[in-house]
Amino acid sequence: MIIQALAFYLFAAIIVASGLMVISSRNPVHSVLFLILAFFNGAALFVLLGAEFLAMVMVIVYVGAVAVLFLFVVMMLDINFVELRQGFLQYLPIGALIGVVLLIELLFVIGGGISPPDVALVSAVPIPEASGLSNTEALGQILYTRYIYLFQGAGMVLLTAMIGAIVLTLRAREGVRKQKISRQVSRTRDESIELKQVKPGEGV
Amino acid sequence: MDDLLREYLPILIFIGVALAIGAMFIIASFIIVVQRPDTEKLSTYECGFEPFDDTRGHFDVRFYLVAILFIIFDLEVALLFPWAVTLEEIGLLGFWSMVIFLGILTIGFIYEWKKGALEWE
Repeated sequence: MIIQALAFYLFAAIIVASGLMVISSRNPVHSVLFLILAFFNGAALFVLLGAEFLAMVMVIVYVGAVAVLFLFVVMMLDINFVELRQGFLQYLPIGALIGVVLLIELLFVIGGGISPPDVALVSAVPIPEASGLSNTEALGQILYTRYIYLFQGAGMVLLTAMIGAIVLTLRAREGVRKQKISRQVSRTRDESIELKQVKPGEGV
Repeated sequence: MDDLLREYLPILIFIGVALAIGAMFIIASFIIVVQRPDTEKLSTYECGFEPFDDTRGHFDVRFYLVAILFIIFDLEVALLFPWAVTLEEIGLLGFWSMVIFLGILTIGFIYEWKKGALEWE
């Protein structure tokens, strides 16, 4: 399983490197592209864990949709990113402080997670090996029945997102002429055509 | 677990081959071709002129709306896959759970249809 270990370290290194590039590259579009690279490598790590379904959903949803959304946001906003970076050094100390605090918290979490003996044992067993099921089946067996409330809650969140997006961004544009098919069809001959008797030598 | 990863090994090999070929072309162009760097070679050619501002034009916000609506139904379809695979085992509760979920999203779909969010003016 040396290939597996090598692949893990390769993907993990690419994730960390592209994550660094996301926050450090000057062009925001490049940032989004590096974010997509990080998503792809995250999917590869999911595959290494045996979580096939999550990997594919990662590619479909995050790479296919969320990254496109980020690109739209970057392209839509009228932000001078060079100007935004002017205060970079000024905010560096407080940013570094917050980063260090987060790092310490992470270390505590990791340290606390390893110390109980059975947790490491349980979490090390991948789902497909445990029951002979594929990842997709294992998810399906609990997602819709045992976690039904969370599942319906996810549906509500999606509904809220949909309605919120429509309310926030939908504008009826002025001066746009739309085709109204029902009006076209319901026109009768009487209201559209008028016959005039025009005498010679006179106008209408 | 190992069988699963063995199925993915060809993809890893493909990625490796793609990286190798891509890197080979770039490196070969450095090695084989005569390098005579000149600033004029990079400058704008003859009648062209330097760009006045950023190349990126601003997108209309309705692209964003379409993208968000796409994501939501994308997620909906993604959640259908495990449901379809395990439909025999999760019983009636699982079936109706998904039907209610689809119903909730259909409410949103009717809303956006009636609002005209799907129409492009």
